[in-house]
Amino acid sequence: MLKVENLQVYYDAIHAIKGVSLDVSQGEIVTLIGANGAGKTTILRTISGLEKAREGKIEYLGKDITSLQAHDVVKIGISQVPEGRRVFTNMSVTENLELGAYLSKDRKAKADSLKRVFEHFPRLYERRTQIAGTLSGGEQQMLAMGRALMSKPKLMMLDEPSMGLAPILVRQIFSIIKEIHKEGTTILLIEQNANMALSIAHRGYVLETGKIVMQGSVQELLASEEIKNAYLGGEAAHS
Amino acid sequence: MTITQQILQQLINGISLGSVYALMALGYTMVYGIIKLINFAHGEVFMIGAFVGFFSITKLDMGFFPAMFTAMIFCAILGVLMERLAYKPLRNAHRVAALMTAVGLSMLFQNLALAHSWIGASAKGFPQVFPLRKFELMENVTISSDRILMLVIAIFLMIALQFIVHKTLMGKAMRAVSLDKDAARLMGINVDKTISFTFALGSSLAAAAGVLFALNYGIVVYQMGLLPGLKAFVAAVLGGIGIIPGAMVGGLLLGVTESAVSAAGGSMFRDAVAFAALIIMLLVKPTGLFGKNVREKV
Repeated sequence: MLKVENLQVYYDAIHAIKGVSLDVSQGEIVTLIGANGAGKTTILRTISGLEKAREGKIEYLGKDITSLQAHDVVKIGISQVPEGRRVFTNMSVTENLELGAYLSKDRKAKADSLKRVFEHFPRLYERRTQIAGTLSGGEQQMLAMGRALMSKPKLMMLDEPSMGLAPILVRQIFSIIKEIHKEGTTILLIEQNANMALSIAHRGYVLETGKIVMQGSVQELLASEEIKNAYLGGEAAHS
Repeated sequence: MTITQQILQQLINGISLGSVYALMALGYTMVYGIIKLINFAHGEVFMIGAFVGFFSITKLDMGFFPAMFTAMIFCAILGVLMERLAYKPLRNAHRVAALMTAVGLSMLFQNLALAHSWIGASAKGFPQVFPLRKFELMENVTISSDRILMLVIAIFLMIALQFIVHKTLMGKAMRAVSLDKDAARLMGINVDKTISFTFALGSSLAAAAGVLFALNYGIVVYQMGLLPGLKAFVAAVLGGIGIIPGAMVGGLLLGVTESAVSAAGGSMFRDAVAFAALIIMLLVKPTGLFGKNVREKV
C-alpha cells in the first residue's frame, strides 16, 4: 500500500533521514519505534507532504506521491494524527471534527463520519460544544484521532499517541486504534512506548539517528536482545 | 448646546468615522493573523479603492453601489496579486524582509498613483452622489445621510465578514491556518489558497472603506491612504492584532476618541492622540484589549 524507498530528508545542512526504506501493506498495523530525535516524526511529515524529500521515493497504491502537496496527500486517503495532537484550540470539538472532513463535499457522508467518530469516542460527543483548548490531554488525543478519521482515510498515521498520557488512557487509546484498524483502516504507528506499540502491531521498524537498524515481525523484534535492552526496558519486556 | 447633546453628537461622529477605521483594521488584523505580517500597503489599497470607485462613477457613469462593488472586486484581485508576487516569495525569509517589502509597496503604489495621468498630485472632488440631508435626532444632535450610509454599509460588511469567518468552510479554513498551518495542511486545507482568500477579503474591505471615506469627505487624493492606514493599524493593535472583533472595537474606539478630542478643542492634537493611544496600549497591555497572553501547551 505504502512504499518508502531510500528516503533522504535534510533540514538545511542537517541530514535527518539517511536513506530509509519501509513498506506498509493493506490491512496491517506497522510500527516505527525509536528514541527521541531518531527521525520518526520527520518520516511521517515527509510522507504527509509537510517536508520535502531530497532523494528517494514514496509510493502509495502504486502511485508516486513523493512531491505531492500536503493537502493532496489527504485527498488520496492518507491522514495523520500529528505529534502533540495539534488540535485547533480556539474552536469547538465539533468544528475541529468538521475541519477533518474539509475536503468532503458530501453532507451526508460528513454526517456519517461524525456519527462514526462519536461512536468511537463517546467522550467527544459529551464535549462536542466545548472549546478544544479546554480539553484534557487524553481528550485532545481523542479529538486529534477523531479529526483524522473524518476524512475516511485508507491509511492512518499516528505520531506518538501515548505521549504525556496516563497508562490507563494509553491503553484506552490503543484499544481504539485496534478498533479503527478492525474497521478496515491500515495503520502506521510511531511510538516511543515500544511495549505498547509492539502489543498491537504486526510488524515493526526500529529507527536510530535517521536509519532503520532493524525490522521484522513483532515476534522477531520482541525476541531480539538489543531491542529488549534498548527499548523495552529489560524486565518490562516479559509483560 | 448642552453637554449631553455635545457628547451624543461626538459619539455619532466618532462611531461613523470609527466604522471606516474598523473596516480597514480588519484587513490588517486578518493578514497579521494568518501570516504574521503588518501589511503597510493596506492604506494604499484603501486609496486605490477610493480611486476605482471615483473613476467608476465619473468615467463609467456607474451608480454608487456598483462603483463600490467594482472597487471591492478590483482591490480583492490587487490584494491577491500583491501577496502572490511580493509576499509569498518571502514567506520563509526573515519577517523584517516582508515588512520592508510592505513599506516599499506602499511607496510604490503612492508614487504610481502620483505619476498616473488620471490621478496626479491634486485632490479631486468626489461627486455628491446622494442628495445630502441632515436628520435631527434631537435638539442640536444631527446625522447626515452620508454618515448613515457609511455606518450602515460598514456594519453590514462587518456582519458579512463574521458570517464568512465563522459559518463558511473557507472561513473555518482561515481560522485553522492562522492557528496552525501544518495542522491545517493535514486537514487537506490548501494554505496558499486560504492566504490569497484572506488578502482578497481584507483588501475588498479596505476598498469599501476608501469609497465610503471619499464620499464622506468629498475628496480623493493619492496620499489619502497614509493617515487612515496608520490609524487603522493603531485600531487593530488597540483591539489586539490578529483578533477580528478586536479590530472592530479598536476602530470604533479610535473614532470616538478622535471626535472627543476634536470637540474638546484639540483638533490639532487629534492625530497625536491616536498615536499616543498606541504607545500607551503597547506599554500597558501589548496584546491589546481583546488579546490573551499566549500560552503554549505542550
